[in-house]
Amino acid sequence: MAYSDKVLDHYENPRNVGSLDKNDPNVGTGMVGAPACGDVMKLMIKVDGTGLIEDAKFKTYGCGSAIASSSLVTEWLKGKTVDEAYKIKNSAIAEELALPPVKIHCSVLAEDAIKAAVADIREKQAATKEAK
Amino acid sequence: MDRMPIYLDYSATTPVDQRVAEKMIPYLTEQYGNPASRSHPYGWTAEKAVENAREEVAKLVNADPREIVWTSGATESNNLAIKGAANFYSDKGKHIITLATEHKAVIDPVRELERQGFTATFLEPNDDGLVDIEAFKAAIRPDTVLASVMFVNNEIGVIQDIEAIGNICRENGVIFHVDAAQATGKVEIDLASLPVDLMAFSAHKTYGPKGIGALYVRRKPRIRIEAQVHGGGHERGMRSGTLAPHQIVGMGEAFRIARLEMEEENARIRTLHDRLLNGLKNIEETYVNGDLKKRVPHNLNISFNYVEGESLIMAIKGIAVSSGSACTSASLEPSYVLRALGRTDELAHSSIRFSIGRFTTESDVDYTISLLAEKIEKLRELSPLWEMFQDGIDISKVEWDEH
Repeated sequence: MAYSDKVLDHYENPRNVGSLDKNDPNVGTGMVGAPACGDVMKLMIKVDGTGLIEDAKFKTYGCGSAIASSSLVTEWLKGKTVDEAYKIKNSAIAEELALPPVKIHCSVLAEDAIKAAVADIREKQAATKEAK
Repeated sequence: MDRMPIYLDYSATTPVDQRVAEKMIPYLTEQYGNPASRSHPYGWTAEKAVENAREEVAKLVNADPREIVWTSGATESNNLAIKGAANFYSDKGKHIITLATEHKAVIDPVRELERQGFTATFLEPNDDGLVDIEAFKAAIRPDTVLASVMFVNNEIGVIQDIEAIGNICRENGVIFHVDAAQATGKVEIDLASLPVDLMAFSAHKTYGPKGIGALYVRRKPRIRIEAQVHGGGHERGMRSGTLAPHQIVGMGEAFRIARLEMEEENARIRTLHDRLLNGLKNIEETYVNGDLKKRVPHNLNISFNYVEGESLIMAIKGIAVSSGSACTSASLEPSYVLRALGRTDELAHSSIRFSIGRFTTESDVDYTISLLAEKIEKLRELSPLWEMFQDGIDISKVEWDEH
């Protein structure tokens, strides 16, 4: 299988690998995929007081394209608002990494991970407001 | 071009031994006669070479040269044996027994016979890859006509108890075919004593050329098969087509070298196997696929848990190995052999088949161990499953959102 240079770069030097404190009320976690399907992505985002994403970390079990897709989105997420993050489309990820058709599902999974992380942070923030 | 990776895929194919190649070449350019030409020395020379080679192939497996039929390779030999015997003896019954872990060259001819009205039992082996002898016995029916069991498994290297299975077949009047493509030069094969009726061989798994193989067809008691390729009536009518003396000479020489050198070579390969196994065992959460004792030392199939197979293959570009996950194709299908052993999809996906051979060195093995240790650590740092495992979470109990 031939990989694009961008996939290889993210695979060889993945950006923002790791985890954030999942109990932090300003951290949202999205975990998508399944081991039996060959890919699991965990994406964590941290939102600052002004609603901007100040940090993003990922861990991915999956092929090179899945690792590259999640590494790329952590770069894109930083500095965006939660609403902007929610609008990131898988097609943009696939285009940036020049993913072949059989690897499009990796970009779909990355989009799903963003949506799951955003949903989590929104839920947490709603809960915090109620508590107040 | 980058340096070629270290070759650890001897179960896929082997290089042609230099000594074999040298023997072959004159039969392309100088001794180019057709062995079927009876009227001149060109034909006589070619025929003599073919018969010498037939003797060498027979000697490796302690058979009579008249029991050896040339084919284009093990796939053709398996097709000829299975379809040829099933069709010839179909009035005796139409049930076939084979294993779920056989090579496709056995499974697919059996499937084809099913389409022609035969029925088949695909026995699941035990978790160690070995046939449960009692289950085999129980699978035999009054209408069972043929059984086909591989000697050495191509993916996991386990050695089946051919003698025990053959004896059961004999007691029940079942014709017994054995795919020995992965066995020649690796295990002793004595067809004078083994209760086997048909056996398939390949040259290119034993340092001979690709495109040539043979089928053993027992003479006493005589086994009959229906030809699958019709034409000039070569090979006593069992397989027509002009013989390829250069290929045949190559197979003969490769099998001669195997006979003379296998004892010493296998001792050396066992040392390398143990070195590789001990090195890789130090990596946490690794699982050997297939029984470790009843196994050829040439094969080591290991699953590395919590690492995805395709990314692992991508990470170990410095070595040429096979993966249990068919990642070169678009479909991410885990190996059907590993699935038949009861391995989970994840473990089947993350398996690597290392196969070592004549030209593997100690430093190749050491490089492989350090490469694997480094890359698996890196991929596990990236793996959310590894993190969960470290936190004591049982991955199999998590509700995954399957997509």
